[in-house]
Amino acid sequence: MASVQIADVRKAYGSTQVIHGVDIDINDGEFVILVGPSGCGKSTLLRMIAGLENISGGEIRIGPRVVNDVPPKERDIAMVFQNYALYPHMTVADNMAFSMKLRNAPKAEIDERVSKAAGILGLTNLLDRYPRQLSGGQRQRVAMGRAIVRDPQVFLFDEPLSNLDAKLRVQMRTEIKELHQRLKTTTVYVTHDQIEAMTMADKIVVMHDGIVEQMGAPLELYDHPNNLFVATFIGSPAMNLLKGTITADGFETVLADGAKALWPIGKHPADSNGKAAVMGIRPEHLMLDPNGLAAEVVVVEPMGSETQVVVRCGGQDLTCIFRERITAKPGETIRIRPDTSVTHLFDAATGKRI
Amino acid sequence: MTIAAEARPVPQLSQSWLVRLFDYKPFLIFICLLPAMGLLLVFLSYPLGLGIWLAFTDTRIGRGGYFIGFENFESLWHDPVFITSVWNTLLYTGVATVGKFALGLWLALLLNNHLPFKSLLRALILVPWIVPTVLSAIAFWWIYDPQFSIISYILVDVLGWRDTYIDFLGSPWPARWSLIAANIWRGIPFVAISLLAGLQTISPALYEAAMLDGANAWQRFRHVTLPMLMPILAVVLTFSVLFTFTDFQLVYAITRGGPINSTHLMATLAFQRGIPGGQLGEGAAIAVAMIPFLVLATLFSYFALARRKWQQGEDND
Repeated sequence: MASVQIADVRKAYGSTQVIHGVDIDINDGEFVILVGPSGCGKSTLLRMIAGLENISGGEIRIGPRVVNDVPPKERDIAMVFQNYALYPHMTVADNMAFSMKLRNAPKAEIDERVSKAAGILGLTNLLDRYPRQLSGGQRQRVAMGRAIVRDPQVFLFDEPLSNLDAKLRVQMRTEIKELHQRLKTTTVYVTHDQIEAMTMADKIVVMHDGIVEQMGAPLELYDHPNNLFVATFIGSPAMNLLKGTITADGFETVLADGAKALWPIGKHPADSNGKAAVMGIRPEHLMLDPNGLAAEVVVVEPMGSETQVVVRCGGQDLTCIFRERITAKPGETIRIRPDTSVTHLFDAATGKRI
Repeated sequence: MTIAAEARPVPQLSQSWLVRLFDYKPFLIFICLLPAMGLLLVFLSYPLGLGIWLAFTDTRIGRGGYFIGFENFESLWHDPVFITSVWNTLLYTGVATVGKFALGLWLALLLNNHLPFKSLLRALILVPWIVPTVLSAIAFWWIYDPQFSIISYILVDVLGWRDTYIDFLGSPWPARWSLIAANIWRGIPFVAISLLAGLQTISPALYEAAMLDGANAWQRFRHVTLPMLMPILAVVLTFSVLFTFTDFQLVYAITRGGPINSTHLMATLAFQRGIPGGQLGEGAAIAVAMIPFLVLATLFSYFALARRKWQQGEDND
């Protein structure tokens, strides 16, 4: 096991720069998730750690060693690919044993490690099968088994769950997390799914257009997004955003007909009064209040444990999540109020948190 | 509700007997198969059947023959020219196939890399294949000419490695190797392009996985490329063996089986005896003698090289 340091790493294809100086410190044994929309450079960064892409600038260290010019096979890492990349002509056992056979490891050791990994992943009955004879989830487990057998310094996962159906994805999410808690191997995991990131990571790195927007513990990102991008990317349903102006009395939004609505807000820096800003409210932080703002119900989506309601309020559509059962029908009016202690304010021009 | 559905009248169609006939499935299948069956019967089964029949007769050109049983085959068994042609065909097929596959695979692996002008190169590779065989045979004829050979010119006059011009086609063994070289040149494109298509179906992620697993270039070739290429390799190998075994044009255009009948293949000898020689029955017997070899080659590739267990689905446990 080892730490991974990524220092000012850049990647350019010809004159097009796709990663613009990324710094990430990954501690020994940490589970770090790189998350971002497609094209943000997260997979490229992972492939640079693996050694499958050249590093155009900066430095990557695995443990104490700078690995910029170290070939992939000497980096002591194992990677799980999105399409699993299992060798179709080898059985499950051979797939898992391949790296050790290449190293000419003694047969007894190979057998022992393969059966141990198979035991951890519940593959013992499938060792003689070929990848074609396995289901998606089983293939996924074999791919992880192949990584476990290596006992590497670092595990790399490249969107490993995106080829699975929704139910299996939830199950594998738990299995991967459990596996990490058991093996405690440093893990770097790439996904575009913020729910995967939130549920599994010790530390999330949100990437966008080749830069790191913010990194931190999942709830830290959720509760204190540094900018508008992170605020909208993390959380589902997404945070409600209202454009307006900060005043001493609250947050003022202008309706389509020119009328003004005033939203209560919590503490904010005094010098921000009069500033054009964006207010962010998480759906669960809007609550029913007889003295609140009038809002017209547009759609009601009962989920059982909670009810998701889209309302039109102050000329904007807002998504709310209520723990209580809502009996209102579309077209009716309810009164809502944001929890002022947890609203977020962002500078309208820069998108930075105020 | 159900009453309303029943009440709807079903229109009674009065159909002519012709419409009913074409609605009769066995008849329809027969009619649809007829054109294809007719073509196969006239252009495939009839010539094959006629050839096999002729092999058991003493037919000559211009004179109908009688059934003579295995007499043609018995006389061929003791015919040194025929025996030589069998060995020639086996040597020709064996060496040329190995050569074509070694060079073709090498070329395919090169072309699978990122090269400048990749598509142009791939098109150029096909040239030996699309040139009419007789045309390339004439070119080889010049390359192998005793006086004007460019190879001899380079070796003797340019490099000075030899004192005398090489007699490529004048004596048996040089003539055989020359023909094999020409056949290899002609066969490479087919192998290279087919294998290239096979190579491109291999997921790059497999090579990346193998690289991370610690495989060097040779191990990646040995453990990923080769096994993944095996299915298409088997098909291409079968085709290549069949085409080479039955080759006629190159040999007939370059040497006509000479010198002293030493480069005859079974196909050229069959033609030589049958048409210019006029012994249709004997020529047919030589051609029929190729059939067991071809069936054997096909069966070999079918059983030994065809589908692997890993290619099959769940049912093959």
